[in-house]
Amino acid sequence: MRYLATFGRFWWDFIAGDDWRVAAGVLVALAVGALLTATSIASDAVVAMVATAGIVGAVAVALFTRAGPR
Amino acid sequence: MGIDGSVLGLLTATFLASAVEMVEALTIVLALGISRGWRSTLVGAGAALVALAAVTAVVGVALVDSVPESLLQLIIGSLLLVFGLQWLRKAILRSAGLKDLHDEDEIFRSESEAARAAGTQRRAGLDWFAFVVSFKGVFLEGLEVVFIVVTFGLNARSVGLAAAAAAAAAVVVLVTGVLARRPLSRVPENTLKFAVGLLLASFGTFWAVEGLGTFSDAGESLEWPGGDLALLGLLALWIVASRAAVLTLRAGATQPETQRSG
Repeated sequence: MRYLATFGRFWWDFIAGDDWRVAAGVLVALAVGALLTATSIASDAVVAMVATAGIVGAVAVALFTRAGPR
Repeated sequence: MGIDGSVLGLLTATFLASAVEMVEALTIVLALGISRGWRSTLVGAGAALVALAAVTAVVGVALVDSVPESLLQLIIGSLLLVFGLQWLRKAILRSAGLKDLHDEDEIFRSESEAARAAGTQRRAGLDWFAFVVSFKGVFLEGLEVVFIVVTFGLNARSVGLAAAAAAAAAVVVLVTGVLARRPLSRVPENTLKFAVGLLLASFGTFWAVEGLGTFSDAGESLEWPGGDLALLGLLALWIVASRAAVLTLRAGATQPETQRSG
């Protein structure tokens, strides 16, 4: 069990890095893009712009409300 | 942007990413080699390189053989994005003076002290401390490069080319480090990390969004406005956004002192 926890912790650190909010923001932005695509309510261009804006916004939020280690 | 642009991006990103990570791995290997002896240290580093090559082969084959193209783009793009944004975030904070620069000399000193203070335990004829620490150092620093090599290589259909670029960087760094016999503290790590972060974020955004097409009825990749040229637009966007972030954060960091002195 301890090894499983260590394994999980390693991958969490590897993917999430110092600030998990960046990875979470990317996930949310892509999930919104996936929703728009799956429901066919937006063109490819709109999906691309919305997802990109979401990703840039996630980084901005993480940078300007820093919680991770310096 | 055609194939040439993608290949150039592939080579540049993998070479720079590998160089930066190898500079950090070299510091650990040098500290161990000088403090504990070279044999166990180099066996540990070599074992890590073999393990990294095995991971590259397994992950590459598994992804190519079992995943549809648009889903592959989504996975590849998301991984590149997450890694690239981690690099970019740290580079921005360091450029703004809000995070300490990576100090290879200081890391070398602390690693050397820890290596000298550790006890001696022999297993399989090796100094086990030197072997394990060297293995972990090289493997962990190299694992991110493996994913960059695999993801870039799969998309450009040239894992071999990506791996060659990464290996070339490793050779350049290792040879330089061995000749210098000291950590490569004068390498502009933050500038390199900034460049790699920008490239990974741009390619990652491009491919992840294309891969969202896996959720459409047809299951085919989405089309960017302007096609492959959108990649240049994304690079410009990330450059402008990160520069703006550095300037804003830098101004915010100095503002309290200005107010106090005023």
